[in-house]
Amino acid sequence: MNLLYTDVEDHLRSSVGDLLADRCSPTQVLARCETDKPYDLDLWRTLAADVGAAALLIPESHGGHGATAREAAVVLEELGRFVAPVPFLGSAVLATTALVGCSADTLLSALAAGESTATLAIALSMGPGSPFPSGVRVDGGTLHGRVGSVADALVADVLVVPAVGPDGPELHAVRLPDPAVTVTPVVSLDLTRPIADLTLSGATSERLAGPGAAESAVDSALRTGAGLLASEQLGLAEWCLDSTVAYLKERKQFGRPVGSFQALKHRVADVWESLVLARAAARYAADTLATGDPDTPVAVGVAASLCSPVAVRAAEECIQLHGGIGMTWEHPAHLYLKRAKADEIALGTPGRHRANLAPLINLPGPE
Amino acid sequence: MTQTRQPVGVEEVRRRVRELLAAHDPATTDRLEFLRARFDAGLAWVHFPPGLGGLGVPRELQTIVDAELEAAGAPDNDPRRIGIGLGMAAPTILQFGTGEQKQRFLRPLWTGEEVWCQLFSEPGAGSDLASAGTRAIREGDEWRVTGQKVWTSSAHNARWAILVTRSDPDVPKHLGMTYFICDMTAPGVEVRPLRQITGEAEFNEVFLTDVRIPDSLRLGDVGDGWRVAQATLMNERVAIGGRPMPREGGMIGAVAGTWRTHPAQRTAATHDRLIQLWVESEALRLAGIRLRQQLAAGTPGPDGSAMKLSFARLAQQLSGLELEFLGEVGLRYDDWTLRRPDRVDFFGREPGYRYLRAKGNSIEGGTSEILRNIISERVLGLPSEPRVDKDVPWKDLPR
Repeated sequence: MNLLYTDVEDHLRSSVGDLLADRCSPTQVLARCETDKPYDLDLWRTLAADVGAAALLIPESHGGHGATAREAAVVLEELGRFVAPVPFLGSAVLATTALVGCSADTLLSALAAGESTATLAIALSMGPGSPFPSGVRVDGGTLHGRVGSVADALVADVLVVPAVGPDGPELHAVRLPDPAVTVTPVVSLDLTRPIADLTLSGATSERLAGPGAAESAVDSALRTGAGLLASEQLGLAEWCLDSTVAYLKERKQFGRPVGSFQALKHRVADVWESLVLARAAARYAADTLATGDPDTPVAVGVAASLCSPVAVRAAEECIQLHGGIGMTWEHPAHLYLKRAKADEIALGTPGRHRANLAPLINLPGPE
Repeated sequence: MTQTRQPVGVEEVRRRVRELLAAHDPATTDRLEFLRARFDAGLAWVHFPPGLGGLGVPRELQTIVDAELEAAGAPDNDPRRIGIGLGMAAPTILQFGTGEQKQRFLRPLWTGEEVWCQLFSEPGAGSDLASAGTRAIREGDEWRVTGQKVWTSSAHNARWAILVTRSDPDVPKHLGMTYFICDMTAPGVEVRPLRQITGEAEFNEVFLTDVRIPDSLRLGDVGDGWRVAQATLMNERVAIGGRPMPREGGMIGAVAGTWRTHPAQRTAATHDRLIQLWVESEALRLAGIRLRQQLAAGTPGPDGSAMKLSFARLAQQLSGLELEFLGEVGLRYDDWTLRRPDRVDFFGREPGYRYLRAKGNSIEGGTSEILRNIISERVLGLPSEPRVDKDVPWKDLPR
């Protein structure tokens, strides 16, 4: 088990970090989020194809880099740090993991090359251990139904759709645009990862997997997603702490920097403490996902239930300790708060993850 | 991948362990004799210099020594009984002691023949140790020391103490301190048990009345005691356990065990709290593993101070939950008798004891509040509070 960052991972971090610092400053993100193009697709193309981020979780046999969840986690740390409006989670993590689970070669090659963007057609709030979604059914060879609150669907050209067929769960790929599919943008809490509602009325599709394989592909995607989201939350929380500390050094009241008051220092020290635990938990989840460790479900449950509240608190403290300026639209802190709160709900709430953990760690509930 | 440094001397260390075991079979050798031989072989603390129990090799090699000796059934020096000597006195003597002091003190300290205690805190100098007022007055080749120390664990078993004194009251507080080794059997040293909220007396008050300390037992220069004390306290903070903790090691294990054996007591509310604390305990354990990996990679970070904060908070929350969870049984306490234990034992006693003793975790070894100051100033770089006592002679400070 290695809970540190390897040289390769450090190198990847600086490539992604440099790109984002150049093209994805808080001002740029803020300016974009209320336009009709909330995603930065130029940035996504560079990240996906040139940096190769889209291919990290794709095996080399399908044109990918055959890297692991450890590298994807480092990318997510940086994306969280910049609340970058790119569909990495939906496409390169959720859809990719599901597709790898059913060896969808052609689709994976296109994703790996950055030529295509996909998402998994589930409500973003769904977490590992949930029942297979039943909102879409296979009827007469086409897909019918509705899925609400899907992340990254606005920019996807492939939907990976869990659907219920005559014999049970199936997984399908739908190519967009398709006249039988409506993608309706939703006014979203998270401005930098907007959600959309999907309606399928007789959409033609490619059947990727049937009962058994479909469920395990979706479960694997949700588990990987939940485990890796912890790294996004870590990066996000690090930004919140760093910007808060910088502000406390610079802002003066009562004739001295407000960061010299213990009432405020202790609060940021507590945030820093929580990040030490969150980093260890997030790294462990990424490491077990990378190696296929049998402890993965526990590691993911620990990281997901711990890192969500850490990120929310870091963002809430960021707002509070910035005082009035933290409450303004002009300051980017709210982008982080909105992402943190949406991430807390995404891929299973902390309480849901704790409920999932109980049997795994032999701590049964009341009889 | 992270490059794993292959430290120099791995083979040499292994060879020495084999030689020690060959010459002193643990099965037939007297415990103390074995420990002395281990010290003399340089396998006590391998990062110490040769001749002083070490081999002058990187500290991480110690884990190899400890593992091999444990596997061979060798006795250890019961480190929990002599923690202050090992963690605080020894590194300070090594750094500031004279050749004579090192030769005299380190071996019996390490073998546990001589127990050490720490005479730092005073009733009027807790978090602000630099304001300590125990007076040391020089008289020829001796010093005459008078004052009161407190929170001294092991004082009743100790042969020696590390002692911080006020040698010059006319200069600002940090500049007028001198550090000594104090003979706990000297006339004028009086140890009184200090009963704590658990009923026992793990700590003591130590009264020093005209205690004569030869100048040869001074550690560091006259007036340089603050710097020496800082080094001692720094070692206290870096001292981490010898091996990684297993999952559910520590307080969470006790509470999870209670949970498993009391199904009728479970409620939905305590269940969620318990799992929340289990998750945090596991993350703290992982942070410890991560810290060790940083040390082994030669990139130590400041994470240890976060871990102390988390440890104290979790110990308190877990032990509080355990008592509440037990309901009627939680109304009882095992024993209020004043006892004087030679170590802290969280798990040999009942949950009520754990709850009360854990209150000390956020006070001892630096309060959580002082730790938050240190984190915010030294890790995060925030400015300190304005200081009113820095340039004032010690004798003029309000107290």
